[in-house]
Amino acid sequence: MKLSSSVFASFCLITELLGIALFLRGFFPVPIKSSLSSKSKLSDLPAEPVVGSNPNSTKVPPPLFNRVVIVLIDALRDDFVFGPSGKRFMPYTRNLVESGSSHSFIAKARPPTVTMPRIKALTTGSIPGFIDVVLNLNSQALLEDNLLWQAKNTGKRIIFYGDDTWVRLFPKHFLEYDGTTSFFVSDYTEVDNNVTRHLDSTLKRDDWDVLILHYLGLDHIGHISGPHSSLIGPKLLEMDDVMKKIHTSVITTEAEGTLPNLLVLCGDHGMSETGSHGGSSEAEVNTPLVLISPAFPTKEDMGEPVVVEQVDLTPTLALALALPISQNSVGRLIPAVFEKASLREQLRYLHINGHQLSSLLRDSNPGFHKEDGYEQFQMAEKAHGSWMKLYVEGNTSEVLSNIAKKVLKQYLEALQAMSAALSKQLGKYDMYSMMVGMSLILQILVLLLLAMPEALSSAACVDLPLATTFVSLPFYLLVLLGSSVHVLVCTSSEASCYFCSLPWLLAFAGIIFSSALFCTLVAMAARRALKVDNKQTKTSSSEWTLTELDVLLLIGTLGHTLSLASSSFIEEEHQTWYFLLNTLCLAVFQDVCRKYFREKRRTGEDEESLLLLSTVEEKGASFSPVTELGVSADSEKWLALATPLLTLACCRMLRSLNQTGVQWAHLPDLSHWLNSGDHKVFLSLLSVLSLLLIFLLVQRHCSLVSKIALALGLLGVYSYRAAVGSVLFPWQHSAQAMSKGTGEAHFVYVFVLGILFTGVKDLLQSQVMSSVVDGRRLKSRGLWEVYSGMVLLVALLFRAHNLPTLACCLLIQTLMAQFIWKRLHYDAAQTTIMHYWFGQAFFYFQGNSNNIATVDISVGFVGLESYVEAPAVFLTAFSTYAGPLLWACHLVCYLSSERDRAVSLGHSSYCFALLRSIPAVLYIMLVTALRYHLFIWSVFSPKLLYEAMHTLVTMAVCLFFTFMDQDRTRRP
Amino acid sequence: MWEVEIRGMASAHALLAGSVLVGSLMPALTVENSSVYGTHLVWLYSVSACIAVVNIAVFWLLGISPPTKKNTLSYKLSRLIRSCLYFLLSCLFFHTVVVLYGAPLLESALETFSLAVLLSTLTTLRCLCMLGPNVQAWIRVFSRDGAMSVWDTSLQITTGCSVVGAWLGAFPIPLDWDRPWQVWPISCSLGATGGFLTGLLAAPIWIRWHRKQLTYKLK
Repeated sequence: MKLSSSVFASFCLITELLGIALFLRGFFPVPIKSSLSSKSKLSDLPAEPVVGSNPNSTKVPPPLFNRVVIVLIDALRDDFVFGPSGKRFMPYTRNLVESGSSHSFIAKARPPTVTMPRIKALTTGSIPGFIDVVLNLNSQALLEDNLLWQAKNTGKRIIFYGDDTWVRLFPKHFLEYDGTTSFFVSDYTEVDNNVTRHLDSTLKRDDWDVLILHYLGLDHIGHISGPHSSLIGPKLLEMDDVMKKIHTSVITTEAEGTLPNLLVLCGDHGMSETGSHGGSSEAEVNTPLVLISPAFPTKEDMGEPVVVEQVDLTPTLALALALPISQNSVGRLIPAVFEKASLREQLRYLHINGHQLSSLLRDSNPGFHKEDGYEQFQMAEKAHGSWMKLYVEGNTSEVLSNIAKKVLKQYLEALQAMSAALSKQLGKYDMYSMMVGMSLILQILVLLLLAMPEALSSAACVDLPLATTFVSLPFYLLVLLGSSVHVLVCTSSEASCYFCSLPWLLAFAGIIFSSALFCTLVAMAARRALKVDNKQTKTSSSEWTLTELDVLLLIGTLGHTLSLASSSFIEEEHQTWYFLLNTLCLAVFQDVCRKYFREKRRTGEDEESLLLLSTVEEKGASFSPVTELGVSADSEKWLALATPLLTLACCRMLRSLNQTGVQWAHLPDLSHWLNSGDHKVFLSLLSVLSLLLIFLLVQRHCSLVSKIALALGLLGVYSYRAAVGSVLFPWQHSAQAMSKGTGEAHFVYVFVLGILFTGVKDLLQSQVMSSVVDGRRLKSRGLWEVYSGMVLLVALLFRAHNLPTLACCLLIQTLMAQFIWKRLHYDAAQTTIMHYWFGQAFFYFQGNSNNIATVDISVGFVGLESYVEAPAVFLTAFSTYAGPLLWACHLVCYLSSERDRAVSLGHSSYCFALLRSIPAVLYIMLVTALRYHLFIWSVFSPKLLYEAMHTLVTMAVCLFFTFMDQDRTRRP
Repeated sequence: MWEVEIRGMASAHALLAGSVLVGSLMPALTVENSSVYGTHLVWLYSVSACIAVVNIAVFWLLGISPPTKKNTLSYKLSRLIRSCLYFLLSCLFFHTVVVLYGAPLLESALETFSLAVLLSTLTTLRCLCMLGPNVQAWIRVFSRDGAMSVWDTSLQITTGCSVVGAWLGAFPIPLDWDRPWQVWPISCSLGATGGFLTGLLAAPIWIRWHRKQLTYKLK
């Protein structure tokens, strides 16, 4: 099957996008959420099951504890308390653990073992997935149902000292708080002193019910020097002191007639042997959990601590304080804590926990009936009911307590099964879907690479041997193999993957497609190998000669892809692009110098270029600078020489306009200076200049109507910015109140649509035109009009301080097109790679970064009274990717108005697809390999989302290319 | 013929490499508490000075540079002044390029300029010594197939290697390792020096390896 290069590129990108979507679905597990949007209430609690009679009591069992102190020590590993170092450095706590009235456990944390998700897990009882973390970057506060909210809602007074993550997660929850920032890792004494200094006064007071202390010092020591450092001992001794202080003042001295108090010592995560955390090794996952209260029986010997889940603390605390269990909790209560309660109450606690888990299971798993835990719970509930009947009837025999113990056991088993079923769905990568998606995109990348010689040939056609594939035996074998693997994986007991839950017809189609792709690949590779063999017999020397520019473009593309393996280079990716772009400009400058200085001696060349010029003039093509800008041939040389330098200067200016990244993001930049209120005049002047420049540069290719529309539109942009209050309006006398500028924005939208409509009309008209030359000219004009429409929209969406970015972008495009790409005879592939690099650099010039937080969401509200999802999402995506889109669009316009454009559009769309696929595919493989990396959710996951989005944008661009390339086949 | 020239060049290069070594050791022996990282600028200028002295000694005094037609004092003086001017201009040029690459404009301008001086010493000074202050000759040497002698080829290679070394030296800067050599401009100047040494080593080997293909037309 023969496909033209552009169609082939679009096909590849669409397939790749499907693969990436599948991968993302597997990479980010869907969080388990209860279907109820509100939070649990006490009144929602189920009645106590009693067979035969009406439920007589829905009351909650009384609380077990009066006040609770939670001491959370960051990165407290289990052996720091239970191991030999606990004996040496935490003698008081160890004494309590071994012979005090306490319960000790090893609480297993789930990866990502990083503080914020762990705090969420401890308070909500759910297991936050990566997508949660990524998507909640903008809304800092925890909106989910959680223990602290429940406590506050029932009037408990909470005091918090420690890591300010808590303050951000729970604003307005605390009666009193003092957050310490965990930014300076090298400080490990001040952070803890800031917590401890409040301790004495707080412990004396009695106006609080819950006290939470979060100590960061230990974690910081771990990051500096690891778990065996000499700093650990003193820090643990300090913590032991804190424990002693709290224990003596709160736990042992309690007033008569009130309930006992509770002291909880826990860690959010452990630390690995190198002192870091984030992964899933034993040392990072195991944390101690010690509950100390006079209510517990005194122990004789310590024994081995029981292993529980970290999230089990949530329902335990909730029930012990008579609060509702938060909705999305997957934990189960720790039975040891409730040992002293009566049997009836114990059963009641278990029933409440089981009911909550079963309703969560019902909401999150469509096949909940088949789950063992669910059935067990139903049975236990029935048995509980009949026991209650006996109990209510006043039966008090030995038999009754035996039955109760049996029911208790049933409940515990049911809870364990349900909790396991729930947490299995969470916090686990769906490897099967990830692998399927990855193999698909990997095949596409190999296909693109194999097709390179054909796609970039003068025919710009790729011959896919599909027909032979479908009749070959290996294809059917592969399909069989794929189907059997699919069935095997999906029927295996643990599987809960997305690809399996697809309808089988779709999955089967996917398998067929993938096998066909693989066979095609092999066939193409074989053909290529054969051709190379033939060629080698004919000509031994290679015919490929690379210029310095080609080498740079190749090295840059590969080097950038490799740099994605490092988290720092992802954070500072803009530096890579700026660096490459600068080098590119210098290389171009060298080429220009070579052309105008060195080769001048070869007079033949000169004459040739003169000849070229004259032919261009004869044809009246729109691109000769001589005709267009009134530039003489001599000054053209100087302009050509100045262009790369001007580009360099522009880039340097734009670079200091918006600081992005992580390491240097805090440095002052021009945009801060411009936006600081005192410099409004400068900002206004700059905006006016930029808008004027934009108009001058864009209007050249447009028809008269579009020119007027553009001018009015740009005026509208300025008045919109003035209405919003970011720039000054010269004839605005009264100090008008700031409006949302909806009217002005609508005014601009009308012109954007108008210009786009004219452009599309011209494009369509050119398809039906009989004369080739006229048709081509009309098409070129139509394309430029579409382009100017886009520019106008971008001008509206960009903030005022970013307007110079747009102006510089247009200036560089115009100059480069006039003097560089055209004059130096760069081919379509080279031009495309340069456009791609410029697009990437401008993506960062506008202030974007690889962090979700830099996406400017306010763009979604331009011209809208309230939030409407579809336009808001479109506008945000458009303005975020404005740089790459504008450059791609310029490429179409530029290539279409060239004379030898016959194949260049195909070539360049193929190049776009390849340039996007190489980093995307390799990055996805990297992310899979690094999925337990410490920074996986803070650095790698956001970048993954950016890569996916960028691929989507590139696909749209490629479809546009394909559409523009179509008439070539129709009209040769 | 080839052997003699290559051997001569190798010994000249060995001298230059030795000068880098001497330049590195000198501050360590004379200045107290000096280290390549801590007192980087001292190291940088010491290396630059050593290379400059050896370069001038080898190429100018030993007469490898093209013989001048006029031999009057005033002509020599004007050549000297022009050379100094070119050197200064090249420092400014490198400074501008480094700033365009993203070095801070005002802050640490001294560091940036020192790097420019080092780069000029490694590249421009050699050109000045071997070709004289003659822009036409420079353009000839650095354009495609412009080399007319073994020395031209070696100049191309060492200059290219120095610049590429400085270019590569910028890569570790964004990494968050907090190492002393990531401070501006240490990694770049170390990269440039390393590139220069590599070029010195590579040039004789490369020329020897390609001596069959190399044909110098005008020779």
